[in-house]
Amino acid sequence: MTATLPETAHEPAGKYERLIQPTRVHGSMYTDPEIFAEELERIWYRTWVYVGHVSEVPEPGDYVRKNIGPQDVIMTRDRDGEVHLLLNRCAHRANLVCDAPSGNSNSFRCPYHGWTYRNNGELLGYPYNKGYGGKGKVELGLGRVPRVDSHQGFVFGSFAPDGPTLAEHLGAAAGELDRLARLSPEGEVELTAGFLKHRTRANWKLLAENETDGYHPQFVHGSIFSVTGSPIGALYSDNSTAVTRDLGGGHSENDLRPEFRRFAEPMRWFGTTEAKVPDYVARMRELHGPAAEEILIEGSPHVMIFPNLFIAEIQLFVIQPLSAGECVQHSTAVQFKGAPELNRRMVSQCVGSVGPAGMLLADDTEMYERNQRGVALRDPEWVDIRRGVERERTDENGFRIGTATDETGMRGFWSHYRNLMEAEK
Amino acid sequence: MTASATTTELDLRQVEQFLYREARYADEHDYDAWEALWTDDALYWVPASDPDADPGQRMSVISDNRSRISTRLKQLRTGKRYAQSPPSNLRRIVSNVEILDDADGAGEPGDITVAANFVVVESRERGNETWAGRTTYRLRVVDEQIRLAYKKVVLVNHDRALPTLAFLI
Ligand code: FES
Ligand SMILES: [Fe+2]
Repeated sequence: MTATLPETAHEPAGKYERLIQPTRVHGSMYTDPEIFAEELERIWYRTWVYVGHVSEVPEPGDYVRKNIGPQDVIMTRDRDGEVHLLLNRCAHRANLVCDAPSGNSNSFRCPYHGWTYRNNGELLGYPYNKGYGGKGKVELGLGRVPRVDSHQGFVFGSFAPDGPTLAEHLGAAAGELDRLARLSPEGEVELTAGFLKHRTRANWKLLAENETDGYHPQFVHGSIFSVTGSPIGALYSDNSTAVTRDLGGGHSENDLRPEFRRFAEPMRWFGTTEAKVPDYVARMRELHGPAAEEILIEGSPHVMIFPNLFIAEIQLFVIQPLSAGECVQHSTAVQFKGAPELNRRMVSQCVGSVGPAGMLLADDTEMYERNQRGVALRDPEWVDIRRGVERERTDENGFRIGTATDETGMRGFWSHYRNLMEAEK
Repeated sequence: MTASATTTELDLRQVEQFLYREARYADEHDYDAWEALWTDDALYWVPASDPDADPGQRMSVISDNRSRISTRLKQLRTGKRYAQSPPSNLRRIVSNVEILDDADGAGEPGDITVAANFVVVESRERGNETWAGRTTYRLRVVDEQIRLAYKKVVLVNHDRALPTLAFLI
C-alpha cells in the first residue's frame, strides 16, 4: 500500500527533491513499488554494490551463489585466479545454469538443453550442434556484471559499464575496510563462517538507515544490555564521546574510537581483555610493535557502506532488497586470517547476536517490520531525520559529524541517494 | 509427571510424554519450567545452511550452551524482547518419535538419543508462519527426572532465508 505523494503544484523540483528533504523523508519512499523499480535501475544496477569476499572462492574453480538485489549472481574464480560475477542465466532460453549454493567446477552445464559454459562465462558448447551450423557458431555467453573490483578482498560489482571507479565510490569508507583488515595478524579478512539469511518484511532503506543509528540501541536493545550488563549501551548514550560521521558517498559510521581511547584497554572493543586472547595479542604485538597498542585499543569499524554492506565490529551484514516491502539480511562473523583463537569467539558472539534468532538483530528486525507498517499510514506522511542537525559540525577531514545519537549518517545516506535517483539516465 | 527410572529403562511412552511436555512449555512461554528441563552441559542448536557443520566454526541460527540459554530466557522475561513482545501464539505437533541407537556416543554414558518430527504454527501481528523440521534430543535421567542435555532442530528450510525466530523452537 502506497501513501499519497505530497502536493506538487508550485514546485518545479524533481520528484525526489520533493520526497527527500534535508530533515525529512516521505513515507512513500519505503512503500512505492515504482520507486523501488527506479532504485533498481539507478542504484542497484548502476552503482558499486558489495557482492562477496575473495575468501569465499579461495581456489580456482570455486564458485558461490550471490546476488545484487533480486539478480542471481555466481561469483567464480577461474583457472587464472581471476574473480568473475556471472549472471545465473543460460544464454539459450534463460534457464538457471547453477543450482548449488557453492562448489568447485570449471564449467556450468545448463540442465534444460545441455549448453555448457566455462566459469569465466564463455560458451563452451551446445548439443546437436548441426542445428546451429556446427561448433563455435553461437557467439553467446553467460551474462556478466561488467565491472568487478575489490578492496581488501571485498568484491564489488557494478552493472554500469562505466562510471566512477570502486575507489571513487568507496572514498573514505575504504579506510574502514583497511582498519578491519589490519586487525588480522596476516592482514586479511576471511568470510568463511557461512551466512545466516534473515527474511525481513521491510524496505531495505530502513535497514541502511538503522545501521549507524546510535539513537536506538538503548531502547531496542535495552533488554539484552540489561541482562548481560553489556557496556555497549553506554557507547550510544547522551554522555558518549563517540561520533556519527557522514563519510560521503552515502557511507556513514559510528566512530566509537573516542570511547575506546578513553578507556585505553586493548580488546575492549570486542568486549574482552587481552588475557583472554593471549595468542592473538602476542601475534599482533610481534607484527606491529608499539603501534599494536593503538590498533588493539581502537578495534574494528562500525560502518555502513552504501548501499548494502554493513560492518559492525565483528559482524558483517549484506542487505538484499527484493521488493519495496521485502529484503533479506545476510549476516556472518568476520574472521581474521591467522587468528583462530579470536575467530571462534567471534563466531560464538555473532551467532548470539545476529540472524533470525539473534538477541540483537531479531529486535532490530522487529522494528524494521513495524516501521514498514507505520510508513504506510497516511499521517504524518514524513519520516523525521532532523536529530542533531543544529549541533552537527565538520571534522578536521571535512566530514560532517554529529554526536553518538544523531541522525547525521541518515542525512548523508539520503543526500547521496537523492543524487543517484535524480541523476540523468 | 515423574519418570522414575534410569535412562536405559525409559520406554517410548515416557519419552513421548517428556517431549510433549517440553513442547507445551515452549508453546506457552513457560520459561521457568522449560529452563528447568536442561542439564548443565546443555546444547540447544538450530543449524543454518549446513546441519552437519561444527557450530564452533560456522554460523548457526541458535547455538546456546546452558549459560546462553539462561541469557536468552532472561531477555525474554524482560518483556522488552520486542521480537517476542507481544509473544507469538504457538502450537506445535511433535510426532514420529523414535528412540535411536546412540551411535555417535556423544553426551554421557546412559544418555539416550531420540528423534522426532515437528510442525509449529506461529501467529503474530506480522502474519502466520509454519515451521517444520526434525529434532534430535539427548535425554538423561537425573534424580529420577528426565532432563534434556541436547536439542538440535534442523528446519526443513534451514538453508533458505528465514523470518525472525524469536520463540523457543
Ligand atoms: S535454456 Fe539452457 S540450454 Fe536451453
Ligand atoms: Fe540495533
